[in-house]
Amino acid sequence: MQIDTYKGIWVYTEQREGKLLDVGPEILGEARKIADKLGSELAAVVLGHNIANLADELAAYGADKVYVADSPVLEVYRSDAYAPVLEAMVNEYKPEIFLVGGTSLGMDLAPRVAAKVNTGLSAHCVGLDVDEGGCMKAQTPAFGGSIMASITCAIHRPQMATIPPGFMKKPEKDSSREAEVVNVEVKLTEDDVRTRVVEVFREEPKTKPLETAETIIAGGYGIGSKENWAVLDELAATLGGSVGATRPACDEGWAVQEVQMIGQSGKTVHPNLYIGVGISGVIHHLIGIQDSKVIVAINRDAEAPIMKAADYAIVADYKEIVPALIEEFKKLGV
Amino acid sequence: MKPINFVVCVKPVPDSRYWDRLRLDPNTKLLRREGIPIVINPMDINAIEEALRIKEARGGKVTVISMGPANTLEILAWAYAFGVDDAVLLTDRAFAGADTLATAYALASGIKKLEEVDIVLLGNESLDGSTGQVGPQVAEFLGVPHVTGVEKIDFVDDDTLHVRRKIEFGHMVIETKLPVTLAVTGEINEPRVPSVFGALWATEKEAKQWTVNDVKVDNERIGQGGSPTYVPEVANIELQRRSEVLKGEPAEIARQLVDKLSAEGVLPGA
Repeated sequence: MQIDTYKGIWVYTEQREGKLLDVGPEILGEARKIADKLGSELAAVVLGHNIANLADELAAYGADKVYVADSPVLEVYRSDAYAPVLEAMVNEYKPEIFLVGGTSLGMDLAPRVAAKVNTGLSAHCVGLDVDEGGCMKAQTPAFGGSIMASITCAIHRPQMATIPPGFMKKPEKDSSREAEVVNVEVKLTEDDVRTRVVEVFREEPKTKPLETAETIIAGGYGIGSKENWAVLDELAATLGGSVGATRPACDEGWAVQEVQMIGQSGKTVHPNLYIGVGISGVIHHLIGIQDSKVIVAINRDAEAPIMKAADYAIVADYKEIVPALIEEFKKLGV
Repeated sequence: MKPINFVVCVKPVPDSRYWDRLRLDPNTKLLRREGIPIVINPMDINAIEEALRIKEARGGKVTVISMGPANTLEILAWAYAFGVDDAVLLTDRAFAGADTLATAYALASGIKKLEEVDIVLLGNESLDGSTGQVGPQVAEFLGVPHVTGVEKIDFVDDDTLHVRRKIEFGHMVIETKLPVTLAVTGEINEPRVPSVFGALWATEKEAKQWTVNDVKVDNERIGQGGSPTYVPEVANIELQRRSEVLKGEPAEIARQLVDKLSAEGVLPGA
């Protein structure tokens, strides 16, 4: 692979039903900084049907160039259609770095594209560091433990990474910016695609999403049972807050992964107050709560990693502390 | 009804109940995982369960495949206890140090050696790395479509599936022909508990062990050498805060905390 023939930074900016998801602009904001550092061109890549209108928006978020692949065959996401189109684009235009928003569908697409073009892909990156030579180090929490791995992709291009939604800050729109639009010819036809979308169902969440909650009570494996979990709901209700959870708690069925799981492959939260109960604090969870203004941890184990990551550490049985807290908050009339 | 041949890819992962014992060696910068038992990646158990359920309804065969050192046989014995028909372990130093791409390539080479495979199943993500990349990449190397995030599989006819996958705040239903690779979520089913008979069955069965010589592979695409990604360093993440410890009786601790939170202005309505 002639890696020096690969130039520029690409961001896959996912759209659904013709609307850009936030994650694309979020990554464009971060990628803009890298592109400026390297003196590289920053391109947004968007696939879909009747989506030409998105190019201006992507320019406003910082793209120098927008590749638009517009075809009826790309109307709704299918890996079997999107991956070969991106494969052809990568092979033709040869980007040096290719970043993809780690949504459910982005995580479905990126690995298939990476395999097609035989390159490396880092998952769930929470930080990117690119040296002068254009070599990217992707910061990825690993092993669910207490470590962060730096992942490089030295001799394959493009260097690919998925970045979770909500991690990077969405830049301000600058409508004065303009981008060169490249309309990509889509050779793929419906006959080439082996799958068909039968139904798309989407329901706006009824409860306030965790990402915007100002108070969060989160529970972990230490809660011990579904019955015990109720006390977290009660504490949250007292404070008008929302209840989040760790992965083990979701795995146990005490909480709903899709709406409640906080952490690397779940949600990133930014509350004023986060109270973690019965949570040991593996890094996967901690990186999702680091933007909290104040972190309180309640755990029987004084050595649990969350204790060091907390502003206030309470070494005690939550079964005694949480009811006392509920009583105290009620007195306050919050 | 046509019988369905399944291959389920399973990954050995460190048991999450012992994750607090994972330590970074300050000298070697390597992760020490001594004394941490390995288990079948939980979502891979959902994949086994789904394969068994469909087999029980339609007939067919369930083979599990894994890649790893010899101790991976322990988890394959568990797979037998669940009731799978056969198990294969790709085990060779040449496979070691593989990233997701080289892992998927190796697994696909093993799957190709098996007779006609209709559905490859695996967990949507692993507990330790949780990249979710191996499924789509196995599918690419097999040249079949894939669907990730699968929470329901329905047969339309012998060769056609309707597969429901999760998306943010909803789902999609995708129609696909066989063969296909599906990455399933933990919600797809409630896995069975292995029975006594299953445990007996497990003691009588032993997984096949295949080295690089038993499968057709390009040696430059396997193991660490075949992995585009490399991990030059791992580090402890410093997410330290002041960690002020509150002491006393529960009621006393609660009062202290409420006072402090009020003073910081982080209570609602403050």
